[in-house]
Amino acid sequence: MPLPTGPVIGIMMDNLKKRKSVFPISGRKAVKWSQKLEIPVGGETVLYTGSMYQLLPYMIAAVNRMGKMEDSFLGQYVGLGRFFNKMFNVSSIMFRPKRADHKRFRRIIRDIARLLQQAGVDFGYLYKKELYAGALAFDLGVDETFVAHAQRLSNLFKAQGVRSLITIDPHTTNVLRSVYPTIIDGFDIEVKSYLEVLAENDTLRPINKVEGEITIHDSCVYARYEDVVEQPRQLLRRAGYTVKEPKNNRNLTHCCGGPIESLFPSMAHQIGGKRVQQLKDAQGKGVATMCPICMATLQQAANGDLEIDDIASFLAKAFCPPGANDKSAEEKRSQP
Amino acid sequence: MAKVNPDFIKKVTASKQFNASECMNCGVCGAVCPMEIELLPRKLFRYALLGLEDKVLEHTPVIYQCLLCKMCEANCTADVHIAENVRFLRTYISKKVYQL
Ligand code: SF4
Ligand code: SF4
Repeated sequence: MPLPTGPVIGIMMDNLKKRKSVFPISGRKAVKWSQKLEIPVGGETVLYTGSMYQLLPYMIAAVNRMGKMEDSFLGQYVGLGRFFNKMFNVSSIMFRPKRADHKRFRRIIRDIARLLQQAGVDFGYLYKKELYAGALAFDLGVDETFVAHAQRLSNLFKAQGVRSLITIDPHTTNVLRSVYPTIIDGFDIEVKSYLEVLAENDTLRPINKVEGEITIHDSCVYARYEDVVEQPRQLLRRAGYTVKEPKNNRNLTHCCGGPIESLFPSMAHQIGGKRVQQLKDAQGKGVATMCPICMATLQQAANGDLEIDDIASFLAKAFCPPGANDKSAEEKRSQP
Repeated sequence: MAKVNPDFIKKVTASKQFNASECMNCGVCGAVCPMEIELLPRKLFRYALLGLEDKVLEHTPVIYQCLLCKMCEANCTADVHIAENVRFLRTYISKKVYQL
């Protein structure tokens, strides 16, 4: 039996209204990735994570829990969960992420920041002041909540003197670059994905030798909403990899299924399974994703049969000094 | 019997985002959709344009199953903003049915 759509959306939207994020995450956890990177506080240009990578461990835990509930009698009690969630933070008790998941998503953000530092890009970070950008509320059509949240974020940018944002995932890039200017009066902050920033940068050159064939998985949102198609290919080639293309690629890429994972987990897995087959058929030694949702959904669908990692990790191997950010043994074991 | 809701027609036609009337009914979108959603936008959007609110609400799960991936739009020659139209129907359901 499918999960009840209204209450599931309701829980996430109540969290966004009350706790400023779809899955409440502590400020300490959200900024932990930045330790020892010595990124300045604030500034005109900031690296904006929008907490997407940090939220993924919670989403994985939630999807596992919801997936189990989808076909069980428990599904009917989601409405009750929403009632209690309004008063105290039920979602943080129900969805407990694995420590290793926190680690691997943190490692990716670190790789992104290290790549930008290596390229000599001048940027700051808003640390605990940073907020989720609201993509899920927009996609689910909960416009009042989304607009109120967007206004809150726009005020924050103004107060902090931010003029330009470097984003790290397609969904945050899309809402900030293409949706905010249509709903917030005078929103004129420049928004660029780090992939665009790095592709334009001539200073970034490989310092370590890498080789091998990497299959690229385009994100629907980057490719069809934001026209970010060439940049990841150019960067992988500059790093030293050979880029392999799956059957559906570029602006005809095949969705990973992730966007409906919170409401229809089993359907999402079927879509992910179809995409994994296409990626396997491309016969690269690894698959590079550029969205944390794609990475998590495809890894789950591949079930360990395919090396799937974020493009930032493949790039960091070539462009950044080795050692400092390697995968821990715990992380390697935990990866599906 | 299908019931026409004039208020629903008004809301749909007043929206600048909802451009389903451009659809030529060619069926390409359904053929390329990874979810194999045959209903969108040919039938479902037509129900909306006709003000058949009950029929639209009957298909609420499909409206939320759409991935908003725009594979359909990349192949649509009539430039129908399919994903935005689906999102528009969600905004309607969010308010009217889920009171969000
Ligand atoms: S592809 Fe475009 S014109 Fe053809 S049925 Fe779909 S929306 Fe209508
Ligand atoms: S946007 Fe929705 S209807 Fe269009 S191809 Fe994707 S899932 Fe299908």
